[in-house]
Amino acid sequence: MHRLAHILRLGLKELTSLRHDSVLLLFLFYAFSVAIYMPAAGSVIGVHNASVAVVDEDHSLISRKLTQALQPPEFQTATALPYDQIDQALDKGRYTFVINIPASFQTDLLAGRSPELQINVDATAMSQAFMGAGYIGRIFERELLDYANPGSTVERAPALLTNRALFNTNLEGGWFLAVIQIVNNITILAIILTGTALLREREHGTLDHLLVLPLTALEIMLAKIGSNALVVVLCTWVSLEVVVKGALGVPLAGSLGLFLAVTALYLFASTALGIFLATLARSTPQFGLLAIPVIIPMLLLSGGSTPVDSMPQWLQWVMQGSPSTHFVSLAAAILFRDAGVDVVWPDLLALGAIGLLFFSIALARFRRTLTS
Amino acid sequence: MSALALQATGINHRYGTVVALQDISFELPAGTRCGLIGPDGAGKSSLLGLIAGVKKLQTGELQVLDGSIGERRHRRSLYSRIAFMPQGLGNNLYPDLSIRENISFFATLFGLPRAECERRMHELLLATDLVRFADRPAGKLSGGMKQKLGLCCALIHDPDLLILDEPTTGVDPLSRRRFWELVEQVRRERPQLTLLVATAYMEEAEQFEHCLMLDRGRLIAAGPSRALAAVTPSDKLDDAFTHFQGDSKRSGQPLHIPPRADGNAEIAIEAHELTLRFGDFTAVDKVSFAIGRGEIFGFLGSNGCGKTTTMKVLTGLMPASEGSASLLGRPVDASDLATRKRVGFMSQSFSLYGELSVRQNLELHARLFDLPSAESRPRIAELIQRFDLNSVADQQSGALPLGIRQRLSLAVAVLHRPEVLILDEPTSGVDPAARDDFWRLLIELSREQGVTIFLSTHFMNEAQRCDRISLMHAGQVLACDTPAALQKQFAGDTLEDAFVRCLEQAQGPVETPVSDTPLNAVSAPTLLRQRRGFSLKRLFALANREGKELLRDKVRLAFALLGALFMMVIFGFGISLDVENLAFAVYDQDQSPQSRAYLEAFRGSRYFDEQAPITDLDQMHRRLQRSEIKLALEIPPGFGRDLYAGRQPTVAAWLDGGMPFRAETSRNYVEAVHQGNLELLASLSSAARPAQPLVNLETRFRYNQDVVSVNAIGPGVMALILAFIPAMLTALGIVREKELGSITNFYATPLTRLEFLLGKQVPYLIVSLINLALLVAMNRWLFGVPFKGSAFALACGGVLYLLATTSMGMLISAFTRTQIAAILGTMIITSLPTIQFSGLIVPRSSLDGTAALMGQLFPAGYFLDIAVGTFTKALSLRELWPQCLALLGFFLAFTGLSLAMLKKQEA
Repeated sequence: MHRLAHILRLGLKELTSLRHDSVLLLFLFYAFSVAIYMPAAGSVIGVHNASVAVVDEDHSLISRKLTQALQPPEFQTATALPYDQIDQALDKGRYTFVINIPASFQTDLLAGRSPELQINVDATAMSQAFMGAGYIGRIFERELLDYANPGSTVERAPALLTNRALFNTNLEGGWFLAVIQIVNNITILAIILTGTALLREREHGTLDHLLVLPLTALEIMLAKIGSNALVVVLCTWVSLEVVVKGALGVPLAGSLGLFLAVTALYLFASTALGIFLATLARSTPQFGLLAIPVIIPMLLLSGGSTPVDSMPQWLQWVMQGSPSTHFVSLAAAILFRDAGVDVVWPDLLALGAIGLLFFSIALARFRRTLTS
Repeated sequence: MSALALQATGINHRYGTVVALQDISFELPAGTRCGLIGPDGAGKSSLLGLIAGVKKLQTGELQVLDGSIGERRHRRSLYSRIAFMPQGLGNNLYPDLSIRENISFFATLFGLPRAECERRMHELLLATDLVRFADRPAGKLSGGMKQKLGLCCALIHDPDLLILDEPTTGVDPLSRRRFWELVEQVRRERPQLTLLVATAYMEEAEQFEHCLMLDRGRLIAAGPSRALAAVTPSDKLDDAFTHFQGDSKRSGQPLHIPPRADGNAEIAIEAHELTLRFGDFTAVDKVSFAIGRGEIFGFLGSNGCGKTTTMKVLTGLMPASEGSASLLGRPVDASDLATRKRVGFMSQSFSLYGELSVRQNLELHARLFDLPSAESRPRIAELIQRFDLNSVADQQSGALPLGIRQRLSLAVAVLHRPEVLILDEPTSGVDPAARDDFWRLLIELSREQGVTIFLSTHFMNEAQRCDRISLMHAGQVLACDTPAALQKQFAGDTLEDAFVRCLEQAQGPVETPVSDTPLNAVSAPTLLRQRRGFSLKRLFALANREGKELLRDKVRLAFALLGALFMMVIFGFGISLDVENLAFAVYDQDQSPQSRAYLEAFRGSRYFDEQAPITDLDQMHRRLQRSEIKLALEIPPGFGRDLYAGRQPTVAAWLDGGMPFRAETSRNYVEAVHQGNLELLASLSSAARPAQPLVNLETRFRYNQDVVSVNAIGPGVMALILAFIPAMLTALGIVREKELGSITNFYATPLTRLEFLLGKQVPYLIVSLINLALLVAMNRWLFGVPFKGSAFALACGGVLYLLATTSMGMLISAFTRTQIAAILGTMIITSLPTIQFSGLIVPRSSLDGTAALMGQLFPAGYFLDIAVGTFTKALSLRELWPQCLALLGFFLAFTGLSLAMLKKQEA
């Protein structure tokens, strides 16, 4: 009983301190508003606004028809380009796709001689190259079929394919990115705030006063984690309601309550990780450098930016050890797929286990810093 | 000498709304010695900072060495004529550098030629007896040695005005004596030297012919020390200060200490051969003694001699390495929280929460000590009354004057009625009158309530008031007895004399007295030749120092290099936008040869990975929801029949839209496979179809024929890594000096802002260049990314990019005030534009609006173009010069902004 009261009291004290730290509040505000809205509003998924040039050596009706078939928003209006400038234009990165329609293309097509049509792709434009080439291919195919048998394209195909995207019918990239930005900012704040706060107390020698009080390391840590978690969960909630649902108009299908509870669990794991890192570093500059190779992979490889499935197996295993991987997967499941505890329990369990592990290690190391 | 060294008229100084100095006016003749006394927070450091030109003068007129300090030209000429040693033990020294390196760094800043520097350093080291330790890092020196080194650094350029801010606070009396002997020697050699010293020791101020008294921002008295002291019968500055404070209530009342009731009471604290080691450093060495119940026991010694540590060990707050201790008859146990409830502790850094009010602090601690609220309420009321805190009970405690905070700390410490009270330097920085008040409380606790009081101090007059004291030095108790007995034992006129004798005996002949080597002045022409404007020499001195610190901090260096390699490996392997082995399942409601033939194409593809088939729609939905499968293919009943009849059956592909990028890619794959299947389907259909494709579509993936992610991602990841690590390296550069105090050296020396910025940047730039080289090598040989373009262009772009990112770190460092803000700022500001908008994942040409703008306003995207262009596209500077130019622009803009943000003076 006393223990709980201690944690509560200390936690309230931490909140009072936070209220007086204006720089921190400013960062919190930025992290949960601008830093969510901006990337989500400007989000791009798949082929968007891709730059195309066409080398038209045929100048026929069909070549013009093909050129015009490439339309916004997927493609910028195609630019005409002389043949000898293909290499140079691609080298300079002016165009992602350069299409070459050879001379007498139309004649050959009508004569059934299957003329060649070349698409040059700048394959370094990672997210666009492969998908865009497929797009262009299908668009041309449709155009050509239409040209050969006007008005009957659809009927000519032996079978049709319909795509139905569940949980996000129009595949709006911003929906996901908004949530991922929240996840990322929570990661940054949780690890850096708790880590640097601990180091600051150590560098300034104010950890001393904790020794005076009849408190255990566990109580001190739980109070710190608890108060930080409370603030961040609150910010997350407001941000989801105001920025994500309100300003961005993302319909969140799932239960916000469950997601916020999961956020609290994630904060437990990530703040413990922050404390652990702080006990590894001996000074704040060391901590700053140590935090980078921990945080950036958590931002990039947890499934929020790139798919986890396409990473090599060993790395997938490594990333299973990161709380962020489970949190990203939980966020997508709960918020978009409206999954309940019955569905997401494996991730919940993993997140809890990782959190407990980090917490125990951090606690053991924190105890040692207190007494030395 | 008739010339004036200082002339102040109506100086006012405020921090925000807090007034630090109010209407200060005085004069000080050149060549005199002047003491500046007053309690902590009286404005001593602010006044000294203004005189040294370290702080910006707000209002009033201040003439320093025949010129106004407010004038920039004059101030610049003063750097080499003033020496300033800020408060704190070695705060402006560089702990990782040796004594020699510290001194020669300052010498270079002041433009001393090497030979001159060597000669003078040798003389100073001889005079201070530091020669034997010349290669020891400053961080490993004792407090006294640090202060002597500080003095060497201050004197290296032979100043006309020497300003010392509490140079001997926390230093043992022997070192203190040696320190003043040294200053005297310097003055003998250079009689025109004016000395201005802030001190907490009145005895020290008494030896100077001039005295300034500051209290709460006001100059309450100024003039010859003798005349000032003469206002009270005791002829002491101590009492004179109390007199000038004009606080009638406080003055008079000499402190009376009633004798202890009985001398042989039970033992409250006992230590036997107590030892505590941190690694190979012995902080406490075989300490033994016993403290009786109700006794006031004092610990006397310098900073870092082990007083605080011994106190903690003795009371069970820290486990001992060896020996035993007992508290109130029970052996001490560090993990025993019950012990803490019987002990009240007041640490050097007060156990207070500045954001809480006085009352809230008391209430919080009452809760933490588990006092029932029925008991705690009257207790708090009683303490507020007894400790005279009524008038401030609801004020924020952090904003209160030190003396009041000290009283509150004591109130907190005794709140739970402890039997033992441990006070670690409770009165340092408190003015004499408030100190007496504080002692009245202590005496009351000891004599009336029988509380055992164990305190440490470095004030001799306080030690005199203790029942018994022990003299401590370097972890050992040298002597332990009543003050009178100690004085007798070491035949000292005063307790201080006794302590000095005791230290001399203990140290033996190790530390020889100050040598009589003459200190030859620096030849005047040497200093005159010093350049006023930008100096490469100073820049390199700074770069050299910063570099040495970085090299000696192996962990930081290792994190910087290995962190980059680690990220390159996992991102090189890990960031892949191809979707492979996509988990999918089929819901085949037809189960015909045709449907199986159609699905075969999916099963054979490396992009798809089939899971157990789906049996009903509900299950399909559930499995998608659980993310067990990312794609479901639904074949309608009668698919084969309809196909044959030419009725165009429709296959449905259900995608998990939760992660839109993956869904989009999957959709593409599905459509491609379906398209490829059409021919097969046609052959299964009765309806005729053109047997031959209309065109031969040839797709050529340039620069990355196999669309291997790493070829495009690898060079891009370099841009990502080199955005974070160099910025983080430099981001703490300035702000750390601000937080730890060595920034004063920038304010007080001829270093210009540009020299400071660039000099600090150089070592980090070099480390980052090594990083760049390593990353390029890894891309080339570990990941086998072909390099087709111009190495020169990559090198140019790389250097410019690193200049840009390191200068961005400097900008953050110049802008923020705490290390926390600097780290958080670097991370948050860098991550969004680098990860989302640099073109690493989505090409920059596809971005629009604010996203595109953010990408353009951040250097990462430009270097990404250069890295990818030189690696995969065979580009050279002829194509990449606009990007290089942009990076140069970033560097210039960031540095320019930093110059504007960085102030050569404190506010």
